[in-house]
This record gives sequence, structure tokens and C-alpha cells, in this order.
Amino acid sequence: MSRASNIPVADIPGVHSPAVSPTRAATGMLVYLLAGVYFGVVLVKSEAASWYRIQEMFRFESFHMYGLIGSAVLTGMLTTVLLRRGNVRSRDGQAITVTPKEQGWQRYVLGGLTFGVGWGLSGLCPGPIYVLLGAGLWPILVVLAFALLGTYLYGVFKDRLPH
Amino acid sequence: MTEFLDALRSPWPWYVGGPLIGLTVPLLLWLGNKSFGISSSLRHMCAALLPEGAKPGFFRYDWRAERWNLMFTGGLLLGGVVAGLLLANPEPTRLSAAGMRSVQELGVQVRPGLVPAELLDLTQPGVWLLLAVSGLLVGFGTRYGGGCTSGHAITGLSTLQVPSLIATVSFFAGGILSANFLLPLFMGLIR
Repeated sequence: MSRASNIPVADIPGVHSPAVSPTRAATGMLVYLLAGVYFGVVLVKSEAASWYRIQEMFRFESFHMYGLIGSAVLTGMLTTVLLRRGNVRSRDGQAITVTPKEQGWQRYVLGGLTFGVGWGLSGLCPGPIYVLLGAGLWPILVVLAFALLGTYLYGVFKDRLPH
Repeated sequence: MTEFLDALRSPWPWYVGGPLIGLTVPLLLWLGNKSFGISSSLRHMCAALLPEGAKPGFFRYDWRAERWNLMFTGGLLLGGVVAGLLLANPEPTRLSAAGMRSVQELGVQVRPGLVPAELLDLTQPGVWLLLAVSGLLVGFGTRYGGGCTSGHAITGLSTLQVPSLIATVSFFAGGILSANFLLPLFMGLIR
């Protein structure tokens, strides 16, 4: 991590300024680890990481996942509006900005369908892949390995796909 | 003490879990103007792991500038250790009656745990096939579609982005198709 502070930070979307100092950078990174722990615990406790719940959802046999996702979106919406309306600044004093998604529809339909078919098969989207590995379900390493391969293949064929 | 432990181990209703999931969006914005999304971590890992010579252009960027995303991913693993291993729910997922029937029709027993043992049995070639195909499609599809459930359904919809609505509708359509029609075929290969 100390090595990384010497590397100039490129101006890429989602990163708005380099960290202030190496110490700040280290503690800065630690909070993201804690945020991940928080989210991982919530995914397990809310059963969003349960294969059974995903099957129920895709068969419209329970309200649980719909309530879960619906109330999550509503909460995200309201709190983000409040952050912006209240002119709240981020921890390092910057204006809150949301990086807009690229416009278009083909990649979202085709990519979305592809991801969806994979999700319905194993009941695993990327969050639960990590969480369940943490829970000691090591056969899920197969899913992670092939997800990395799939990501790589997209990188290879990207320019030949409609976007 | 045992009552306290029981409380920690039991699952939460949707109206507790949902808002806590949604709060991740403003939390990451406040922490450092980060857009919440998990599948990007797969790209960063490729960028970090691939040898420089063999990298397609898509992976040539300074992934270290996106370390926060990998830290978050590490946190997910730890969260899994805490909630899924140390404080694992000793009861099976409380499915609806219809859900219970469907799952049993797939040839899966409802036991405690988040994933049925039948789908984790790597002595079965069919399980390898199921997990590999699923992983491949998840990795390819999330990058092609520019995000997964967290980036599109949670963050994108919360911030009223049309592309995310298109992506969310599409991946739900894909999931409904594969869970209902494709998964039973795969399950026929197992056992």
C-alpha cells in the first residue's frame, strides 16, 4: 500500500482527487473495508445471499426479495436526494457527485440478459459470491474463477459487441 | 446469553435489511464520492492479475486508483465470515409454501445454510458445469452491461438513471428465464 502512494493517480471516473497524505490514504482505505463488512453482514442477515430466496424471487413465490430491493432503492433515493439538497460534502470536503452511466440501450439489454441468465442458474450475483466464500463455501471459488474468465473474455471481445 | 446469541443468529425481515442495503449508496458517496458497485472488482482483479503483455486494452488502466473497490470486496469476505460462519442461522431459510415446493421439485433439500449442499458437491460433474457456466455468464454479462444488482438495481435506480432501469429489467428477465427453464435442465444432470 505504501508503494501505491508514489503512483500518480489518473483522472478516471469515480475518482475525483488523490488522497491528501499516505496516512490519510491508509485510513481512507480501511473505511471501505468496514463498509464492505457492513454490507456483507446485511446481505447474509437479510437473506439476499440465500440461494433459496433468489429461487423464490425468480418464481414470484414470495414478497421478501421484492420488499428488500424495493425498500433499498427507496432508501437510496431519499438519502441521496437529502445529501444533495442539504449540500452535504463528502468526508474530504468535496461536493457529492454521482457518475452518470453511459447512454444507450444495447449493452444494457444484452449484457443484462447475459448476467441475468447466469444469476438465475446459480442464484449468485457478485456480492453473494464474495460473501458466501467468506462463509466458508469454498466450491464457490469455481464461480469466482469463471466470473473472472468471463470478465476477461468481455475485455477481449468488447470492440466486436454492439454497445 | 443464549437468547442474545439466538437474536444475533436469526435473519432480519425485508423492512430492516432493505433500508440498510439502500444506506450503502449515501455511505459510499459520503466516504469519498464512490458509486456503489461490486462487479467492477472483477475487472480490477483482472487488471491486477494479468501480465502486462497479455492485457487487452480494457484492462490497461491504473487499477490501484480503484483500490477502494477491492477493499470493499475484502470487507464482503469478512462480513461473510462474521455473519455466515460465526453467527450462521441454525435454521433453514424460511421459504413460502410455494417456494418450498419448487425448491424440492428441483431435487434440493431444505436444510440450514445459504446454499444447498447438492449445488456444492464438486464430486458431481454437473455441479462443475452449473457453477462454471453461471460464473462465466455473470462475469461477462456484468461487464458488458456495465454493472450488477448493486451498481444498476440499487445505485442506478436510486439515482434515477435510465440505463440502469433497462439493465435491471433485462437481468430480471434473464433470471426468470434461467431459474424457471434452464436450471431444471442443469439439475437433471446432477445426481
